Amino acid sequence: MSANAMRGNTRRASSFPTSKVLWSVVGWLVVFIFFFPVLWMWLEALKTEPQAASSPPTVFFVPTLMEFQDVLSGDFPPFFINSAIASIGSTLLVLVLGLPAAYALAIRPVKRTQDVLFFFISTRFLPFAASLVPLYLLARDLHLLDNIFTLVLIYTTINLPLGVWLLRSFLLEIPHDLFEAARVDGAGFLTELTRIVVPLIAPGIAATSLICLIFSWNEFFYAVNFTSSTAATAPLFLVSFISGRGFFYAKLAAAATLASLPVLLAGWIAQKQLIRGLTLGAVK
Amino acid sequence: MGSVASSGGVRVRTAASVARRDAWLRRLPLLPAFVYVVLVTQIPFVLTIYYSFHSWNLLKPGSFRFSGLDNYAALLTDEHIRTAVLNTVVLTVSVIGISIALGLAIASLLNSEVFGKGVMRTLMIAPFLIMPTAAALIWKDTLLNPLFGLLPYLLTPFGLGRADLVNQHPMAMVVAVEVWRWTPFMMLIILAGLQSQNPEVLEAARVDGANAFQAFRRITLPLVRPFIELGALLGSLFVVQTFDSIYMLTYGGPGEDTTNVPFLLYKVAFQGFDIGQASAIGVVAVILTTVVATIGLRTLFSIFQVEARR
Repeated sequence: MSANAMRGNTRRASSFPTSKVLWSVVGWLVVFIFFFPVLWMWLEALKTEPQAASSPPTVFFVPTLMEFQDVLSGDFPPFFINSAIASIGSTLLVLVLGLPAAYALAIRPVKRTQDVLFFFISTRFLPFAASLVPLYLLARDLHLLDNIFTLVLIYTTINLPLGVWLLRSFLLEIPHDLFEAARVDGAGFLTELTRIVVPLIAPGIAATSLICLIFSWNEFFYAVNFTSSTAATAPLFLVSFISGRGFFYAKLAAAATLASLPVLLAGWIAQKQLIRGLTLGAVK
Repeated sequence: MGSVASSGGVRVRTAASVARRDAWLRRLPLLPAFVYVVLVTQIPFVLTIYYSFHSWNLLKPGSFRFSGLDNYAALLTDEHIRTAVLNTVVLTVSVIGISIALGLAIASLLNSEVFGKGVMRTLMIAPFLIMPTAAALIWKDTLLNPLFGLLPYLLTPFGLGRADLVNQHPMAMVVAVEVWRWTPFMMLIILAGLQSQNPEVLEAARVDGANAFQAFRRITLPLVRPFIELGALLGSLFVVQTFDSIYMLTYGGPGEDTTNVPFLLYKVAFQGFDIGQASAIGVVAVILTTVVATIGLRTLFSIFQVEARR
């Protein structure tokens, strides 16, 4: 028994370094290929315009923050602020509407809970086509086109189903006895929600906020069709690079870097919540 | 006697009304979200159905009139729509297929003994987090651009010099950019599946003489299958709606080579302002998506719930 175990150990020890090195090299190569476009974006952003639009491509250069300064002191900030308002506003609305709903579906299940859940999620995967035209006409008639408040409402619609599912999956993990005890002590619904639920599912709230942030910050379809100037978000600033501006690759890369930064950082920091959020709580 | 009976009746009625009140109290927290969702998705959808039976072009004031099934008849005969549906299928199937294969391979790599797993995983998920519009522009202008792009330059020694890849292979390039974006997503989900595996089982299989391939096929693959299916389903629901990268890379062209259903809808609704036709496209898209998504999600989440209970 112990001899067997030892043989197993020595065999693993002797075969392990070469294969580990080999697979590490293969792995890092693959990761490098996937990460390269992001790295290239950062490098281009640190170049001057002539360096960025050169053939052959410039590899060695003295990095400069000139393009970042240019973008930040130019017309980019309003777009960035609009993105922030739309994302944070809709995320808060999702939490305010979604938390009670998730609570009802998890802690005090109503009849046909399963159907209500699937009704919610089916609305997330409705094509834009389902409600696009009437929403557009309504926004036009109410003079709400190019209004950031409209985007807040639309992004809430997009993220609410995800929020309800995700928050419910976290709520299901709270031991039921806790609520019984609170109710025996005479706690009402609001006390229960603020004193027990919110502190216990703080990670769930973080995961939900992260997913809402990713989808609303990066959203483009509604932004391009429902806004034009005053309420335009960060992706629309990038659209202006497609035509009519000549070759401004360094500036484009700097703007793309800045526009991607909030979601990239949030996603990297909250990696653990990311997987659970993306799978609607199915994968822990 | 009579008074006892009547008081009993009162008690029963109170019990019933308490139960009813309780049921409403239970539903109450659900209501705001429910009402909101119905207001912004269901009522507009009913309007979409209504518009789909009408001929209405916003650019022609007074053109609103009932047209019966004309818009649907046009859907069946219109070549643009057939092309768009075909492009959507090609795009979705190839992006999901390739990114699952790559995601599975990379997840297996990250689940084995390699140096710097955490950093590798962190760098791998970046493509999924980068704003799609930003990523598409970076690909188009700095990587694929025939004059200044890095890829055509690197390909010069292979005799492909200065090829305009986006114009020559538009669909392949859209697929490539989307695969780059969705592979990390698949990798994350499949990696979670691999990590739920008990390593002792694999060890036992190896002791029993199974080679790595056999162990993978017979033990690992069945275990991660539900994870792959979950990734495929969620991924398809998102990829079917691809709009950003098409808008940025090809604008649906050249011709209609990369026009998928969402992009066609955009063109019909916001360039042609053909409300009736756009609505008909919407109704058909909803029916198709709902059927696939509802069946798929129900099946999958029942699998995952069963496993969680075990």
